[in-house]
Amino acid sequence: MADFLSFRGDEPTEEPAVTLESFDSQSNASAVRIEPGEDTRELLPFIDRLALVEVNFPAYTDGRGYSAARILREAGYAGELRAVGDVLVDQIAYMRRCGFDSFKPGHPLDEADVDAALARYEDVYQKTVDGSRPIWAKRHQAA
Amino acid sequence: MYQYDNYDQAMVDARVDEFRDQVKRRLEGKLTEDQFRPLRLMNGLYLQLHAYMLRVAVPYGTLSAKQMRMLGHIARKYDKGYGHFTTRQNIQYNWIKLSDAPDILADLASVEMHAIQTSGNCIRNISSDQYAGVAADEVVDPRPWAELLRQWSSFHPEFSYLPRKFKIAVIASEQDRAAMRLHDIGLELVKRDGVVGARVFAGGGMGRTPMVAPEINDFVTEDEIVSYVEACLRVYNRYGRRDNKYKARIKILVHELGVEEYRRQVAEEFAHMKTLGLNPPTEELARIAAYFADPVYETGLSDDLDRSDPDFALWLDRNVVAHKQPGYAIANISLKPVGGIPGDASAEQIELMADLAERYSMDELRVTHAQNIVLPYVKKADLYTLWRELEAAGLGEANIDQITDIIACPGLDYCSLANARSIPVAQKIAQRFTDNGKEATIGELKLKISGCINACGHHHAGHIGILGVDRKGVENYQLLLGGSGAEDCSLGTITGPGFDENGIVDAVEKVADLYLAQRNDDERFLDTYRRLGMAPFKEALYG
Repeated sequence: MADFLSFRGDEPTEEPAVTLESFDSQSNASAVRIEPGEDTRELLPFIDRLALVEVNFPAYTDGRGYSAARILREAGYAGELRAVGDVLVDQIAYMRRCGFDSFKPGHPLDEADVDAALARYEDVYQKTVDGSRPIWAKRHQAA
Repeated sequence: MYQYDNYDQAMVDARVDEFRDQVKRRLEGKLTEDQFRPLRLMNGLYLQLHAYMLRVAVPYGTLSAKQMRMLGHIARKYDKGYGHFTTRQNIQYNWIKLSDAPDILADLASVEMHAIQTSGNCIRNISSDQYAGVAADEVVDPRPWAELLRQWSSFHPEFSYLPRKFKIAVIASEQDRAAMRLHDIGLELVKRDGVVGARVFAGGGMGRTPMVAPEINDFVTEDEIVSYVEACLRVYNRYGRRDNKYKARIKILVHELGVEEYRRQVAEEFAHMKTLGLNPPTEELARIAAYFADPVYETGLSDDLDRSDPDFALWLDRNVVAHKQPGYAIANISLKPVGGIPGDASAEQIELMADLAERYSMDELRVTHAQNIVLPYVKKADLYTLWRELEAAGLGEANIDQITDIIACPGLDYCSLANARSIPVAQKIAQRFTDNGKEATIGELKLKISGCINACGHHHAGHIGILGVDRKGVENYQLLLGGSGAEDCSLGTITGPGFDENGIVDAVEKVADLYLAQRNDDERFLDTYRRLGMAPFKEALYG
């Protein structure tokens, strides 16, 4: 059972994440935590100095964090993007597709279940930010 | 019609495997019911009053004979021998065992079908015009765009935990046969200077706060529809209310922000998304569209019909619609026999309809949002034989769009949300208007019944609508007049105090009597109501 998972090559960022509100006034912070309902776009001017963005999922049914993650990646954020809170096996594949590359679940996850979930779908229908080529692109690739 | 390639097949096969694993983990106790619920819902599995209910997707209402036959097989093998066609062109089974569900999904996958996202707070089955491809008034066949959106919305990683469910309809005619403006997003394909694009409507819906969707964009070109819809969804996912499930649909967001502000936010997000390369190439739309090309029609066929059998002539007048191709017709099969359950069909009837589609309709059927079935490619010369076979199987009811062609939700007989029964009320009304002979003279009258405020029976959109409520432990029925889900979309108005079960049948008759006494020439009930207003109807009911 794992209580932390990383899909990055580097070491996890240890710096504690500050709230978005206090991030605005702490110009040296490099780790920040986004809550549902907060506008992740406020971070876009600072993405170069950020090493970690935590996105909190108080309840896995609240899907705002998926948009928050994708928006950061679309803007070119390359640091660690960590899903924390109510993170469950059956959501991890979607989270990976939205750009999350580390996970700190509230309850430990069975790594074998996670591996099975991530391996299950070979292809995807949409272009997002995980680099997967969508099915429509594969269908029409140059012969 | 569309056929899966290896990619599409692999996706549904993986889904079967995934759900089998989820059911196993649930039974092992690794998943709590709370954790399992949204997973089973995203596979169309609800826990109802007596058993699990499984809802199977019929994308944009189009089915092959082989698929229809499989639906009959599932009814026989896993249910009590029935299937129930729904107002979103799907089919549901009311007596399913959880342990059978993975096998049912595997059976469905073997005929390129699935139950993906037929419930849950995600993008649901894309609905469309049941006459797509054969209607004389259509700009273009809307189904290639519906299929493109089906694929785009399937397993969408950003939009699988939305504030609430999300329904999209695509049409391409001025006549709206899909209640497009009562969807979360409605797309009407139009041509401008020879270019196909979509008028986009957002924020429609029924439920406890019914709204007709306002137009938010008058023309999105065909190659950008996916990214525009994606922008609409992202704004909704980020800002739709999550504090109250009854205020969580996009209609509330659009209403609270105002159309202008929602439109502005979508435009901003769309401008950003244009830079991301999210739209499939035009070759992909062309690939899909090729599957929906016209079949090879026989030419030189006669348009003559022998109307000497009066029962057949009535069926022709009510159930058969003009086809764009000379010599052909669109035949509706009513699933509303008097005394029956609206939208229900037995396994044998489903299999017969599959056979008839094979023999008389180029292997294809459609499901309508009014819970009926369409054979879209029938040669006029075959209509009489077809009708005889339908009659023999109890499927020959000649009542499309008549007062007995009632839309009704499952109601308290099946549904755990319902406050009142819908089916017995539908049966009593149909029986009353058949026995008194008035059905024969009324003409088009769309009557819709919901057993609770969630409005699955579309009562807001009925020319006459009925809403079942619970009044101090007793079923009570409110009456609404003047709704329409068509191109003249409007919401019905409640007449006044409700009625008991027999009282609502009397009330509908009083309303119909007033209409018969007051109508001008060929005026429909709805038009008479709109001309006269509510006052005389109220007087007839309560005066």
